[in-house]
Amino acid sequence: MTIKDLQPVAGNGLLHRRTLLRGALAGAMTGYTLVRTASAQKLADDPWSLQPGAAVPDYGVRSRFEKNVVRTLSNPNAEARTQHARTPHHLLNGTFTPNPLHFVISHSGDPDIDPDKHRLVIHGLVKQPLVFTLDALSRYPMVSRMSFIECGGNGAPLFSKEPIQATVQALHGLVSCSEWTGVSLSTLLDEAGIDPKAKWIIAEGADATHLSRSVPLTKAMDDAMIALYQNGERLMPGNGYPMRLLLPGWEGNMNIKWVRRIQLTELPAMSFYEARTYTSILPTGKAYQFYFIQEVKSFITHPSPGLALNGPGLYEISGLAYSGNGRISKVMVSADGGKSWAQAALQAPILSKAFTRFRMPWRWDGGPAVLQSRAWDEAGYVQPTRAEFVAARGESSRVPAVTAFPNEHFNAITSWAIQPGGEVRHVYA
Amino acid sequence: MSTLKLRGLAVALTLALLSRAAFGQAPRLGKPISPADLAAWDINVLPDGAGLPPGAGTPAEGARIYAAKCASCHGAEGKGGVNAKLVGGEPIRNMDSEKTIANFWPFATTLFDFIRRSMPWRQPMSLTNDETYALTAYILSLNKLIGPNDAMNAQTLPKVRMPNRDGFIVRFPDKTP
Repeated sequence: MTIKDLQPVAGNGLLHRRTLLRGALAGAMTGYTLVRTASAQKLADDPWSLQPGAAVPDYGVRSRFEKNVVRTLSNPNAEARTQHARTPHHLLNGTFTPNPLHFVISHSGDPDIDPDKHRLVIHGLVKQPLVFTLDALSRYPMVSRMSFIECGGNGAPLFSKEPIQATVQALHGLVSCSEWTGVSLSTLLDEAGIDPKAKWIIAEGADATHLSRSVPLTKAMDDAMIALYQNGERLMPGNGYPMRLLLPGWEGNMNIKWVRRIQLTELPAMSFYEARTYTSILPTGKAYQFYFIQEVKSFITHPSPGLALNGPGLYEISGLAYSGNGRISKVMVSADGGKSWAQAALQAPILSKAFTRFRMPWRWDGGPAVLQSRAWDEAGYVQPTRAEFVAARGESSRVPAVTAFPNEHFNAITSWAIQPGGEVRHVYA
Repeated sequence: MSTLKLRGLAVALTLALLSRAAFGQAPRLGKPISPADLAAWDINVLPDGAGLPPGAGTPAEGARIYAAKCASCHGAEGKGGVNAKLVGGEPIRNMDSEKTIANFWPFATTLFDFIRRSMPWRQPMSLTNDETYALTAYILSLNKLIGPNDAMNAQTLPKVRMPNRDGFIVRFPDKTP
């Protein structure tokens, strides 16, 4: 098979996803570049091939050449306001987020918790209030699962009336995905003995904010977990060390970090974050509350702003798709701003409420192109187009700062325009 | 079948039954805790007033505490500074409207709950219950949601009717009790 044989399946050079599986493109694929690469030259042994290397560290440290792969910080001096650290999706691949790059939002900094002194209390509408140590929880049967966590405000810059020029990290960096291991919350609630009057749990952290959120008991008994491990190691301090509540597929803020207390109640608390912050104002002036679910969404990470195309040729378009309602069932990709679509390949395993990477072979002819992805989930939901989303939910009449949160729960299609020189810009299409 | 084989089979069956019973069974390592022992952490306040502690405070008392402990971030008389303003706000029209206490918050109890658990930002949980009631009263009074002499306590605070009480739609009723 030659490049000439690869027939487009949709406009502007999208090729059939099976060409990826056959490896037909392996020799011809061009990578995205942060800087223009030099042309090939005569090979020689470099210094690292001519002498022994460094001592192996006890806790691995990445190559010094990767030091630019970092989270962006909204409040690096820990001033008296919230801190946001966003995941650089355009510089990563696969579906796991490395622990040091998992997004973090801390409303009062990351607490320095001594795990031996940390306690988890379950009380309220239970037969017997109980307190658990980390040591005690470590003896319970463990469960592991992949799960994305997404801030309810992820993608908020796309509420702007005009597209804000920024990387996918700035636009969609408040979502990450890990394998979480811990104790099923239902096991602990059963041990305390649930009063039939209980309808909610109110979970609270040991941070200085004592952040609290109300969660329906049905979710707590379904797939909620007290997570103790993140990608195999203990949680990062910014992700709740030594324990956090994990609510797969539900609004990030509800996944209480540093969780120290769970009260069972008949009614929700209407805490600051659920009564005010994570509400979404509609064009009518009414506001959605108890949004809970992070709905089906996808975005293209490769290419995306900050990654340039190095001349016409064959490329792999890839990105992330996920849904708080279950597995991703399909991702369609367009290279002509939504006029025509082709089905992307989904990288196995496709797991419920976890990142699924999609891939699409593409031949860029050097002309203008607008790349989009659109995801479907197994529950039957489809990611809205921007026009559909704005019709239902509205958009801001302003162009807010890229770090601002003009509204919550944005999941519409994101569009990247390829410039003649190979640069990528954020556009509305 | 020999006795040895039978005994082996019995052992295997017993092990299988035991492991099945053991799998999924929790070790039950939670320790009972008394209400007195968890009192310091038992800080949730609900819209019906559940969880509100004894104590009381007036707007005048709150004004003095506010000037000392809150104004450096939230500005004089709640008018805003490096952090959010606590007074005023136009009616909510769309997402560009600022979510203020007076124009957006559905319940006054949230004020007490949030001040007690999270404020002042550098010294959370440092206010007494009386101080928390007084600050709650002061902010509600600044917003003319209560009178200038109305004391807030466990009985009066849940009765304060917030203007945007009915401004909300539950997004997923089927997931919400």
